[in-house]
Amino acid sequence: MTNNSAPLLQMQNIKKDFFGNQVLADINFTLGAGEVLGLCGENGAGKSTLMKILFGMDVIRETGGYGGDILIDGQKVEFKTPFDALEAGIGMVHQEFSLIPGFTATENILLDREPKKKNVISQVFGDRLDTLDRKEMERRSAEAIRKMGVEIDSKMVISSMPVGHKQFTEIARELSKDRLKLLILDEPTAVLTEKEAEALLSSIRSMAAQGISVIFITHRLHEILAVCDKVVVMRDGHVVRDVPAKETSVEDITRWMVGRDVQQSAAAQTHGKVQGDDAKTVMSIRNLWVDMPGETVRDVTLDVKEGEILGIGGLAGQGKLGIPNGVMGLYEAGGTVEFDGQKIPLNSPRKCLDSSLAFVSEDRREVGLLLDESLEWNIAFPAMQIQDKFLKKLFGGLIKWRNEGAIRDVTNKYIQELQIKCTSSQQKAKELSGGNQQKVCLAKAFALEPKFLFVSEPTRGIDVGAKSLVLEALKQFNRESGVTVVMISSELEELRQTCDRIAIVSGGRVAGILPAAASSEEFGLLMVSQVI
Amino acid sequence: MHQVGYAIGLRYWLNKMGYPRLIISGFLLLLLIMTPFVGVNLPMQITNIINRFSWNGVLVLAMVPMIHSGCGLNFGLPLGVLAGLLGGTLSIQFSFERFGAPVSFLMAVVIATPFALIFGGGYGWLLNKIKGGEMMIATYVGFSTISFMCMMWLLLPYTSPTMVWGLSGNGLRPTISLDGFYNQVLADFWKIDFEKIAGKLDVDLGPLEFIKIPTGSLLMFALLAFLMWAFLHTKTGTAMTAVGSNPTFARAAGIDVDRIRTLSVIMSTWLGAVGILIYQQGFGFLQLYNAPNNMTMPTVAAILIGGALVNKASIGNVIIGTILFQGMVTLTPTVMNSLIHTDMSEVIRSIVSNGMILYALTRKTEGSK
Amino acid sequence: MSGKNNASVGSRLLDLVRSNAVPIMFIIICAIFIPMSGLSNSYLINEIVTRMGRNLFLVLCLLFPIMAGMGLNFAMTLGAMGAELAIIFVADLQIWGIPGVVLAMILSIPFSAVLGWICGNILNMAKGREMITGYILNFFMGNGVYMMVVLYIMGSIIPIAHASIMLPRGYGIRNTVSLLHMRQCLDDLLAIRVKGVKIPVLTFILIGLLCLFIVWFRRTKLGQDMRAVGQDMEVARAAGIKVDRTRLISIIMSTVFAGFGMVIYLQNMGNLPTYTGHSQIGMFCIAALLIGGASVEKASIGNAFLGVILFHLMFIVAPGAGAYITEDTMVGEYFRVFLSYGVITVALIMYEAKKRMVKSKAGQELAEAQVRAGKEAAK
Repeated sequence: MTNNSAPLLQMQNIKKDFFGNQVLADINFTLGAGEVLGLCGENGAGKSTLMKILFGMDVIRETGGYGGDILIDGQKVEFKTPFDALEAGIGMVHQEFSLIPGFTATENILLDREPKKKNVISQVFGDRLDTLDRKEMERRSAEAIRKMGVEIDSKMVISSMPVGHKQFTEIARELSKDRLKLLILDEPTAVLTEKEAEALLSSIRSMAAQGISVIFITHRLHEILAVCDKVVVMRDGHVVRDVPAKETSVEDITRWMVGRDVQQSAAAQTHGKVQGDDAKTVMSIRNLWVDMPGETVRDVTLDVKEGEILGIGGLAGQGKLGIPNGVMGLYEAGGTVEFDGQKIPLNSPRKCLDSSLAFVSEDRREVGLLLDESLEWNIAFPAMQIQDKFLKKLFGGLIKWRNEGAIRDVTNKYIQELQIKCTSSQQKAKELSGGNQQKVCLAKAFALEPKFLFVSEPTRGIDVGAKSLVLEALKQFNRESGVTVVMISSELEELRQTCDRIAIVSGGRVAGILPAAASSEEFGLLMVSQVI
Repeated sequence: MHQVGYAIGLRYWLNKMGYPRLIISGFLLLLLIMTPFVGVNLPMQITNIINRFSWNGVLVLAMVPMIHSGCGLNFGLPLGVLAGLLGGTLSIQFSFERFGAPVSFLMAVVIATPFALIFGGGYGWLLNKIKGGEMMIATYVGFSTISFMCMMWLLLPYTSPTMVWGLSGNGLRPTISLDGFYNQVLADFWKIDFEKIAGKLDVDLGPLEFIKIPTGSLLMFALLAFLMWAFLHTKTGTAMTAVGSNPTFARAAGIDVDRIRTLSVIMSTWLGAVGILIYQQGFGFLQLYNAPNNMTMPTVAAILIGGALVNKASIGNVIIGTILFQGMVTLTPTVMNSLIHTDMSEVIRSIVSNGMILYALTRKTEGSK
Repeated sequence: MSGKNNASVGSRLLDLVRSNAVPIMFIIICAIFIPMSGLSNSYLINEIVTRMGRNLFLVLCLLFPIMAGMGLNFAMTLGAMGAELAIIFVADLQIWGIPGVVLAMILSIPFSAVLGWICGNILNMAKGREMITGYILNFFMGNGVYMMVVLYIMGSIIPIAHASIMLPRGYGIRNTVSLLHMRQCLDDLLAIRVKGVKIPVLTFILIGLLCLFIVWFRRTKLGQDMRAVGQDMEVARAAGIKVDRTRLISIIMSTVFAGFGMVIYLQNMGNLPTYTGHSQIGMFCIAALLIGGASVEKASIGNAFLGVILFHLMFIVAPGAGAYITEDTMVGEYFRVFLSYGVITVALIMYEAKKRMVKSKAGQELAEAQVRAGKEAAK
């Protein structure tokens, strides 16, 4: 409120690259005091990176900082840590809760900012021995809760709260900070029930009325229209639209979010191997639910045709990743899955692998690789264990001895085929770059010679060159070996270039299946159709 | 790979071996160099080291399977030791020495085996319930079982007069001499005794006559180590290593992680049982009650000194570690004693072995997790 | 709240039993053993009161690291070693009685603080494995460094004036240092006798003061920070709490108070077993706390009191009961050791198993909710 002529926040020409990979370019927008700004865009559009820059997160500094200026009240600022940002009056509510489970709401709201009373001992030993002023704590938390406008029990312990109240506790914590001028809410409604979400929206309005500016990130576009003064749409690291909320609609925003120029989707036609309805259904999934944290699948029914490449797309957290993880038995799942007319028991990775299914996980480091072992082991291990390949049988099969020669041969074969950059087949997997690690994961699956392959986020975190190589390898594998491929990706464009049909998952359900040539708008509408 | 000059540099060895192992190797080397100057009989000391290696080698080997499967350092070694003790005492009870000392030993191993399988199976089942907290719980499972067996040694109806208390006639003695049973049964097999050779050839070998090599024990260790090495090259062995390296990867590759872990615990326990029997036949006594407690720390320390990590170990680690640790144990008291007339060996051993374990526990760069 | 009231008395009782299974089990054990042991009630009460005075202070020290989420502090023996060093110097200075005790407590502070500082830093390097690391550290210090100092350096490098506490060889401290002139001087001052039971009032006042301190400490900023760090280090760090420092302080506090506790313990015993005095202290204190119903992540002053009473009652009556059942006194000796190890083992297993159970249960509930929602949607 010092200088009303300058807006509260100005972002000027913000740029950011991760090791040469440009993720943000020329971001410009302003936000006035008491305004609510809706920020939307597909996953990977750069929203969270932008917010990390604004909030001074460590990752940004560790990866070489950013370009451009951030101005607060007309003054240029540069936050080295989140604490600097807090100091300047910026608060952020992250997607993951940051609460102490055994503390009450009040204790969490005032965590590390508790009002204290001096005493004799603390005079001698320092102020960490000041006693807490419980009355004052109650008063302040009640004030913050009142400011928020949603009723929560300040004495309730977090671990026994419903999930929505945890979210409100987080918001109240930010509001309890006296300096708070700008509040960033990163998908706050994702965990809320409809009623709670409504309460949150009205609380956002009341915050704005009290002069606090809000940046509101969400995939629920109608919420943006209901509460925001202006909408900023991002795509591929650029701001593509910056318009007042009154002048736009859900359809417009969707188009801006996903919309590429129409001619690009022609690429899909080039491999056009469009299956008719008569193609054999090789896998049928019925009423699948999967308990994968953050990617819950609620009720998926899906048919996969023999020999096709089926894409599964959708926004993050909507459950697209849960489908392969559930079918392959890595997370608890229920429902029925039939493959080649045979029922596949769930929750048993071994049974799936035995029926010639294979899976390339999106989590390379945890699930995909033996980081501390050689490439040979990584590539040959599943095939050795499942199909007894690369083994010498001694004493009439009594002893199954590792055949190092065969392992080396197959590893070298895939190193050549997939152009894996490494010093030798003995190199440890952890020493490779992300793209090459991904190729090792593919090689591992190829070595199983499966009939059916799930590939989850095959291009996540790898550079452009490796990306096209990986996609090309998948297509080739599909064409030459006649393997059915289901590819799950957050990048719609990538799916449209690679797949025959694309299923869009929204709210843990299949929202619809479209041919790859369908327009971006149609995909966009499906993506947000059942978002919860 | 590296330039020769670089290999001589201190930093090269530091990176390759880590501080503690380098310090211990240096210390041992220093002791060895000093032996002639302080008037200690070097050949006798070397015989001592070889002997102690032959006693302890298999116990250290018992660490390998559990480290490989990611169960961590086997602080539950006492379970295996107790299985071995049951085998040993029962073999004496049933007087298998009637058929000769080797049979007595063999039967001890045979009888110990079902106990090791049962203990190991139960222990493995338990460790699968508490993944992540294995080491602390293993320690206390060891303690509880030892104190439980303390009661059992008193209550079980053993009758062999060599083992029970003379006066009351029931309850086992804490230390039982194995003379007349399986004492030295492996060590005497193809024993190379330079003194006897010198006597036969009628030549004077000087101090070399002190060298005696317990060939049988060493061969037994070599056999078990070879089997271990071979196992790690089989399909199941490969799966075990993968489970230790990254359990999630192994699960995704269709491995039953719990089954592999249980198998590794059973193997470790069995090797512990055989290990303690080999230790006894070399040492000459069977020690009951709280004695198994004293086996764990030196054994864990030995494999760590050999260069093993909390989730990576090789046969090489076992051999190097046992030699270094036992070398230190034998040389320190004698050299120190003749040098400063004080026996600080117990203290030094304690600092080295526990320090080694601490170092391994506090290292951030162990494995991917 | 109303839901809770509606729950049947039976199920609430069951819950009560389940959450206090360990203390209840030990109450039963003691109830069976007391008549078997043939010990008189007055003897038992006398012993228990003495042992409470002797041990409670030490047991209470364990509460600080539990508060900070560092589990059972197996390295509390470091504080005991600090106190032993202090006592050796006091004995060498020949300052006895209450001044001796006070001086020993003051002298123990620097020793314990340094040892605690080392311990805290090492434990900060081994997050997630604090207990096993503390356990090994206890051996490293106790059988290694402490032995080295007391057995070889004292008398040779550190001057020791009185030959009476030295080994005949001219350096190193004797296996037992007599504290005859210090024996129970704290307990006897202000002591009162009730029906033949001596109550060491001053000692209990000291214990009471520590309890008050603990209660007060929980209400301070530092206490609050410790609880926060104990529950979630990452969240606490994000909120600006210095996690490593807080953990370090909790260990130093535990070690320093353990030093005081050890001085109280030793003045009651009346002699210092130089090389073995500390070795069992940690294990006995931890077993007592756990028997009192504490767990690895949660412990209260009440757990400490109940635990000390039950543990020592069991300890006193077990040999007699063992002899009664098996006609062999040794069996009882081993049985009580077995029970103390056993209770620690069970507590550790329950702690780890619960951690896993909470995880899988959360998953199950989620899945069930989905099925239900799915069914409803199908209708």
